[in-house]
Amino acid sequence: MRIFDADRWQEIFSALKKNRLRTFFTAFGVFWGIFMLVIMMGSGSGLENAVGRDMGDMATNSVFMWTQRTTMPYKGFDRGRHYNFRNGDTEALLEQIPEIKHIGPRIRGWSSDGNNVVRGERTGAFVMQGDYPAYNLIDPVGMKSGRFVNELDIRDKRKVCVIGQRVVNEMFSPDENPVGEYLRIQGVYFKVVGVFESLKPHRGEHENQIIYLPFTTLQKTYNFGDVVGWYSITSRDNVQVSVVEEKAKALLRQRHTIHPDDERAVGSFNLENEFNKMTTLFAGIRGLIWIVGIGTLLAGVIGVSNIMLIIVKERTKEIGIQRAIGATPWHIISQVIMESVILTTLAGYIGLVLGVGIVEGVNYLLVTTGAESDMFANPEVNFSAAIQALEVLVVSGLLAGLIPAYRAVSMKPIDALRDE
Amino acid sequence: MITLKNLHKSYEVGQNKLHVLKGFDLSIEKGELVSIMGSSGSGKSTLLNIIGLLDTYDEGELILDGDLIRNYSDSKLRNLNERKAAHLRNATIGFVFQSFNLISFKNAKENVALPLYYQGVGRKKRNRMAMEFLEKMGLEEWAEHLPNELSGGQKQRIAIARALISKPKIILADEPTGALDSSTSMEVMELFKEINQSGITVIIVTHENDISRETERIIRLKDGLIEKNIKNGFHKSPAEKPKILQTA
Repeated sequence: MRIFDADRWQEIFSALKKNRLRTFFTAFGVFWGIFMLVIMMGSGSGLENAVGRDMGDMATNSVFMWTQRTTMPYKGFDRGRHYNFRNGDTEALLEQIPEIKHIGPRIRGWSSDGNNVVRGERTGAFVMQGDYPAYNLIDPVGMKSGRFVNELDIRDKRKVCVIGQRVVNEMFSPDENPVGEYLRIQGVYFKVVGVFESLKPHRGEHENQIIYLPFTTLQKTYNFGDVVGWYSITSRDNVQVSVVEEKAKALLRQRHTIHPDDERAVGSFNLENEFNKMTTLFAGIRGLIWIVGIGTLLAGVIGVSNIMLIIVKERTKEIGIQRAIGATPWHIISQVIMESVILTTLAGYIGLVLGVGIVEGVNYLLVTTGAESDMFANPEVNFSAAIQALEVLVVSGLLAGLIPAYRAVSMKPIDALRDE
Repeated sequence: MITLKNLHKSYEVGQNKLHVLKGFDLSIEKGELVSIMGSSGSGKSTLLNIIGLLDTYDEGELILDGDLIRNYSDSKLRNLNERKAAHLRNATIGFVFQSFNLISFKNAKENVALPLYYQGVGRKKRNRMAMEFLEKMGLEEWAEHLPNELSGGQKQRIAIARALISKPKIILADEPTGALDSSTSMEVMELFKEINQSGITVIIVTHENDISRETERIIRLKDGLIEKNIKNGFHKSPAEKPKILQTA
């Protein structure tokens, strides 16, 4: 007896069609299980993607350090003293802490009057930022044209700048190419060598207003001497950035005659810690989704199994009739198996398609209407997990149908016939 | 055709054992029209079910169409024997039940064609044959109707068509007129006589004298044994020539 002949399919579909209610309920159980699982996976990933994207391409193994006032008296100095990082600190850090991968000494230019940037008729107020090339490896921006600050700019203290998209919009007309043009920044002319756009969707507004200058140029041009504003540091790949943070702080305290226990004299922000917190949070959310997902799946499995049990029970008499007119046990069992497999597969497939459809639809709406927020963006579905869930449902539906079917063919036909 | 030797059958009812058939001996020849009578609990249905391989027996021998039927409740042989039993039920035996036992979600034609489906006969051919048998029963107009749209007499004739379609050697009918009124009962009985005329052995379990009077031999059971085995003098061959199976 062949399994895949037309008669068999016709038999299966007519049995399913003629028993609409039970077909519907079985299908709905499977459909709902898969559908909910897909929607949940989509929502979870939407949350994770939104927050993850907000970090842009920022190196997660980075720490930022700045000076604060001392809080403990030490070696004749009173507490509450101001101090500055110096160029010498940069060299000492690089020399004495081999775990440092990149170090970006930074300084921020400032102006007392509002509009510090002029180009012909146009004026604007923008943030000036003195940086090393390394900074673009720690917290990168997306270069649209030209280049970022490079080593030669630093060495020769070149008067060049890299400007954000907002600066371009305000200081140039749309048909102009800013690269190669000049901007007067606080009375000094700088050549534009690059244009960038922020990689952070929600904090880009701020970043796009920055004008990057070579660190050394800014220090010299605006009379900062050898003062460094703050440091951005990343650790080597297999070193925790906290280790670097502690070593750097100790070194800086020593160099500036600060009490070794004065925790607050050197301010710092450790992105790795923040990132770890977030990673833990998302692991938690993902765990929750799995727990609820497995719960949903289990509910689906129980539902499908239940209905299959009822169906076969309900069909005991029908099976008895079939046997009385000559159906072999294999014939009956294979019929039940095929029916349940086809039904659960089809229903699960519809659930999968509809779930993925809704997740993708939401994604499309978010993108087109610009409604993506800090908390929800780019929901996506782990397809292989969904398929596996579907397999679990199909197998459980099959087993649930198989056991009572087997019982129905192992009892005497007359007992099956008498079953009401 | 059918030989039973010293057949025993008992049921377990709670703690007690109910001994239904107590060493039953019976022989039915090919082409006989036999009725089995007896009060309820006399074992007449059990006997029919054992002959039809729907039920098992405990001891003795059952020979069906020259085949010694092993007791297929024996678990070691069950799968093999159940398959063989299924083939015998399909090809050698045709069942007619009191409650018709049609499959409710299949229409008349599909019900009649079902035994052929289990034989692996193609759909076109089995639908054509099903229509032939429905025509013989005068039910061709009802071919697309579901069982619950038909009267009792119509349902029983469909069940008979289903029993006949695989051209069995034996027809077993368990109270076939039990759910029918008397004039319909007589029509059905005429059908059985015609079937018998075509050479098929027919065994009818009944408690109605009107029905058993139409058969050649009446076997009366009492307490699991044959009380009387009567050659029936009233039995008359049908007036007209048999039409069932004439062309098939």
